Amino acid sequence: MPARPAARRTTRPARPAPELSFGDLWTFDPAPETADPKLRQRYDLFIDGKFSAPVSGTYFPSINPANEKPLAEIALAANTDVDLAFAAATRAFPSWSRLHGSERGKYLYRIARLLQDRAREFAVAETLDGGKPIKESRDFDVPMAAAHFFYHAGWADKLEYAFPGARAWKPHGVVGQVIPWNFPLLMLAWKLAPALATGNTVVLKPAETTSITALKLAEILLEADLPPGVVNFVTGAGEVGAAVVNHPAAAKIAFTGSTEVGKKIMRASAGSGKKLTLELGGKAANIVFEDAPIDQAVEGVVNGIFFNQGHVCCAGSRLLVQEGVAEVVLAKLKNRIRVLRVGDPIDKNTDIGAINSREQLDKIRRLVNIGVKDGAELYQPPCKLPEKGFYFRPTILSGVQQSHRVAREEIFGPVLSILTFRTVEEAIEKANNTAYGLSAGVWTDKGSRILKMSTELKAGVVWANTYNRFDPASPFGGYKESGFGREGGRHGLADYVQLH
Amino acid sequence: MARLIITKTPKVYVGGAFIRSESGRTFPLKDSQGAFVGHVPQCTRKDLRTAVEAAARAGAGWARRTAFNRGQILYRLAEMMEARTGELADAIMLGGTAAATAKAEVSTAVDRLIYYAGWADKYEQVLGNVNPVSGPYFNFTVTEPMGVIGLIAPDDAPLLALVSLLAPTIVSGNAAVALASETQPYPAILLGEMLATSDLPGGVVNLITGYRKELLPTFATHQHLRGIGGTTNAEERKLLQSGAAESIKRVKLTSAEDRFDWTTDTAQSLYAIRDWLEFKTTWHPIGS
Repeated sequence: MPARPAARRTTRPARPAPELSFGDLWTFDPAPETADPKLRQRYDLFIDGKFSAPVSGTYFPSINPANEKPLAEIALAANTDVDLAFAAATRAFPSWSRLHGSERGKYLYRIARLLQDRAREFAVAETLDGGKPIKESRDFDVPMAAAHFFYHAGWADKLEYAFPGARAWKPHGVVGQVIPWNFPLLMLAWKLAPALATGNTVVLKPAETTSITALKLAEILLEADLPPGVVNFVTGAGEVGAAVVNHPAAAKIAFTGSTEVGKKIMRASAGSGKKLTLELGGKAANIVFEDAPIDQAVEGVVNGIFFNQGHVCCAGSRLLVQEGVAEVVLAKLKNRIRVLRVGDPIDKNTDIGAINSREQLDKIRRLVNIGVKDGAELYQPPCKLPEKGFYFRPTILSGVQQSHRVAREEIFGPVLSILTFRTVEEAIEKANNTAYGLSAGVWTDKGSRILKMSTELKAGVVWANTYNRFDPASPFGGYKESGFGREGGRHGLADYVQLH
Repeated sequence: MARLIITKTPKVYVGGAFIRSESGRTFPLKDSQGAFVGHVPQCTRKDLRTAVEAAARAGAGWARRTAFNRGQILYRLAEMMEARTGELADAIMLGGTAAATAKAEVSTAVDRLIYYAGWADKYEQVLGNVNPVSGPYFNFTVTEPMGVIGLIAPDDAPLLALVSLLAPTIVSGNAAVALASETQPYPAILLGEMLATSDLPGGVVNLITGYRKELLPTFATHQHLRGIGGTTNAEERKLLQSGAAESIKRVKLTSAEDRFDWTTDTAQSLYAIRDWLEFKTTWHPIGS
């Protein structure tokens, strides 16, 4: 067999993968989701099974971050309102906790079903209020929220199997819960479902920019005929959250939000005897090895950081890519984000919607500027952004060093910082070199390496050859300064009971 | 003529070595009759930091030991203690405990170690999980040790309580820095000698003696301590919990006011092991 001319092979230029990119050759027709979100003009507090006006009579506007137009007025709770909510939850606790588990479960099944019935309406409301693309709220947030209620419903009468060998377990009592604005309805489901399944009653505060779907869920709680006081919603900003977590009637606090606020809550509750679970920030490493299926990895990296505009605590915001493939991965990433559609979140074709608030947009801009000043190389695709509303282009910062602030601080936006590594050990060291420990991603073709990485990474969730997967049966939560406690699965239940 | 006995200089067990405080400070230990026993190291914040460093160095290797091996070593520690029951009982009696009670405390402490030694290769089977997620993923949750845990031992049952705190902490691969009872530190001094002969790698358990008031603020804020456990009063609890906020440390404290009964089976549980575990969930794809 004649030898092939080796020279020809080596001189062949390394051609990037063929790409189909039509840029702005034509504009797409808008494809807005038109289902009616059935919003009220004004939302009151939900206390003791009733919507009631706040004692102060004060309301604040909730705007659509996609166009800055007001959507509805939300009641501003004062301390008196929070007291009323805790009083209602305290009254409801004895009978709710004594109710047979199978009956508690049936209420949760009802809530899950009613939410499925009104899924499209909730998806539109979620997108209008929070700015996330309708395809995400429609295909992820709302169905996953319903799934959480459905999953936990089944646990309510089987709890003795959840805590094997425990001499006794009982619910805490009234649980104070404070949730963030990135997954308003889903975080609410993560908090409510296990708390109710285990027999606790709840006072919950949604984030001030995204209260609408919580109050719409209150309508579902009424439709489900949930006993009054079992769930109470108080709305407002940080002061209301502080009133909830510091309330003497709260036996347990469950908080999802920033590490900074989590620390404040820990300090404030020190010595109070309250139980705590905290799901805080992250700065996850998404690690791509040379043997990874590169196209699949690039898709996963894009999903890891641009899902929900990067407003995700477990977002893969640090890409660690092995040197041999760093160039090709960067080139493919740039190609890929050039075709991401940034714009009106209600449009069914939108990939990246609106940043949740002006405040968050300012924070993202500030940190990206710092990244560039520190020496990172910036890439943003030349896409058009709507004139009104809060938008930020998908952004790649390459040449980032461990010491850069964009490699250490949570940006909570569509910004990917890229670092490189040579060896497995270096990847582990860099990935773990952070105060956070919520999640990590590993891309490799080698099964043994996946398990090695999963063992060494100090993170509560490790995704192998995938990213940002969630399931009610899969425990979620962090190591180190990403908080403690788990949500979902059998493990999440344990944080809502006192075990003996 | 009666022979003058050789008295033992009390030393604490840190990093696998028997040391006195770096400060040279001691406090006199007297028995319940007021008779002088010895000068116990009054460990300082710096001693505590040294102990945490030793624990951090030893912890990774200990966590990598097989579960079976960790169980065997805990069992070996029980063997060491059983053989020196009389000596340990005498140490407990210094605080005024009656002979029979002291002996019972030692026996219970040995049995407690056996209980946790047996858990070493089983807790994972009960606490870990395969999770049926909706998708082509093998999703599993495993436990991992947290790292270095600070433990504050109470004054009542100075040996049994200390062992009851240490065993569920280290059985899963954590390392520990424990502050012995302030009023009855002598059983902890002896326990160090048994740890040293138990095959437990040096630094996995570090025992220090001294004053709570001096040491608790450092326990509260030391960044390398991932958790704080033990028994405290309300004021100490507040101090430890607010200090823990600086690095989101896990805090599991019982209150001294409750007079926890260490002697019965209710003082031992799988859930005491769970207190010092992290849960890690891995999504592994299924496919070709």
